Amino acid sequence: MTTSTPSATPTRSAGPAAALRRMRHQSPGDLAFAAFVGVALTAVVFATLYPIWFVAIASVSAPDLVQSGQVLLFPRGVNSFGYEQIFADARIWQGYRNTLTYAVVGTAINMLVTIPAAYALSRREFRARRVLIFFFAFTMFFNGGLIPNYLLYRDLGLLNTMWVFVLPTALNVYNLIIARAFFEHSLPEELHEAAFIDGASYFQVFTRMVIPLSKPILSVILLYYLVAHWNDFFTGLVFIRDADLQPLQVVLRDILLSNNVFAGGAGGAGGTGGGYGQQFADQIKYGVIIVSTLPVVVLYPFLQKYFEKGVLIGSVKG
Amino acid sequence: MTAVLQDDDRTTTATGAEPAPPGRPRPPGARLRRHLGRQWQLWALMAPAIAFTLVFAYVPMYGLQLAFRRFDFEAGLTGGEWVGLFYFEQFFSSPQFWPLLRNTAVISVSTLVGGFIAPIVLALLINQVVGRRRKRFTQTATYLPHFISIVVVVGMLQVFLSPSNGLVTQLLERVGITGVNFLGDPSSFVPVYVISEVWQHCGWNSIIYLAALASVDTQLYEAARIDGANRWQIIRNVDLPALVPTMVVLFILNMGGVLATGFEKIFLMQNTLNLPVSEVIATYVYKIGIVGNQFSYATAIGLFNTVVNFAFLLVANSVAKRVSSTSLW
Repeated sequence: MTTSTPSATPTRSAGPAAALRRMRHQSPGDLAFAAFVGVALTAVVFATLYPIWFVAIASVSAPDLVQSGQVLLFPRGVNSFGYEQIFADARIWQGYRNTLTYAVVGTAINMLVTIPAAYALSRREFRARRVLIFFFAFTMFFNGGLIPNYLLYRDLGLLNTMWVFVLPTALNVYNLIIARAFFEHSLPEELHEAAFIDGASYFQVFTRMVIPLSKPILSVILLYYLVAHWNDFFTGLVFIRDADLQPLQVVLRDILLSNNVFAGGAGGAGGTGGGYGQQFADQIKYGVIIVSTLPVVVLYPFLQKYFEKGVLIGSVKG
Repeated sequence: MTAVLQDDDRTTTATGAEPAPPGRPRPPGARLRRHLGRQWQLWALMAPAIAFTLVFAYVPMYGLQLAFRRFDFEAGLTGGEWVGLFYFEQFFSSPQFWPLLRNTAVISVSTLVGGFIAPIVLALLINQVVGRRRKRFTQTATYLPHFISIVVVVGMLQVFLSPSNGLVTQLLERVGITGVNFLGDPSSFVPVYVISEVWQHCGWNSIIYLAALASVDTQLYEAARIDGANRWQIIRNVDLPALVPTMVVLFILNMGGVLATGFEKIFLMQNTLNLPVSEVIATYVYKIGIVGNQFSYATAIGLFNTVVNFAFLLVANSVAKRVSSTSLW
């Protein structure tokens, strides 16, 4: 693969348009082309953001106006009924607490397993590294599948405990490869040589030199793992029976998809849709989407450069 | 995500390099001891990752023998009596086999095609944007949906497409199109699935192409312009060729998933109306195995799926190696 180095992020490049602009030679065809690009990208951005925006305004608008299609660009009939219901719903906060616990504990385990291994794999003098890379990479393409996993967790006593959220996913091979690529290509080899001449052990080099110098990649991996835990729905569905242990995503499924909107179990007009109760049920659904997605969406623009960096590092050969 | 598995740098550096092996024979185990004497710390750093991978990836692979054995509650993972290909034959001759295979292939191939082309087009478009801030904003906006959970995406689909009061349904009614039911109509299941996949992941998947485009030498653009090429021709003859290696690698990786549909999203989108087109191997394995407790049968179906995917991956990789000299390993 001949992609760029990690430093060559897309934004830093001037791109063909700028190169051509420097030549001060814009034909009518070029202008038409630029207009086409502008229109197309505006449409793409609108199509991407509008559904999210609509959910946000619908969550605070009067349900009857939303239902009759009168809320399109800005909220109307602003009220907080949906959010009041949500804040009073114990299921959601229980789910939130569970997911936060699993995400924090799980990510801590992820980091403790992934980062030391990635460092060891990045050392070229490590004789076993080729074999070990194959050992890990093979699991990306071949796996035991659902039932053997289920039986294994049963035999280990993980079913219906919080450990099933954090132990089986302790290592993500893709993240391992990203971190290894960073350690191998972005840390100067001279630092290692100097440290080893001074008699430092691998442990010392790892904890005192590699970790402090690798904050960008550590943030990337940390965020990847956090988001994965936050959005994990499968584990709760398949391996957890106890409602008190269910993560946020399973609670969301009950509310959003099974239409068990009201905490008391009354059900929004019994799912008939369009009824008076269903209007309010829909407002609650919009609010639930916002409440559950907000942490990620609010943090995301600030963290975006880190996420992106992860993809770019992962694409570098080696 | 590309040639990540390659490890082309086999040279050892000066640091910690083994000295040349001595000529006379040594007692057995001596080399191992020397190796561990120098590198045991690296092994210690690896140990948790190796342990977790052994337990949670390789033990289940060992448990695949369950597909060839009758499940025995006491024996668990290793199964009971050997029955050979019994469960595979049961699956191949079941009336579910062809519908499942067809649904799985249709959904994953459609997703593969849409999910493959859209990020390339988007990257080519974003690459044309002048001005860092506009470019940055476009990227931020298009990456955003990638981080929304599948449950929420399917929840949004349901409120938008609801036949009684969904936003899309209402807007269509205003322009005179009535009676659509995107959630219940089997023929709209695949389009809705693919379009929402593209909506969610197109921006994110364009990053890797943008990186490839960023490495194009700007002198190529200037040279092409001097030769009289217009913008379309520059995209076709300069930008697209720069993307080919990335496209090949991603294509191979996608081929490894030709029968791998995301379980979660399809499972969440399923309803009694669309089940004839939305039941895929992954959801069937869940229902047969976890819900229905037919462990051996479900393992056999899952193994069949994994083997088909793995075979596609190997074939795609060897074809790509021959055709374009780009490959995973």
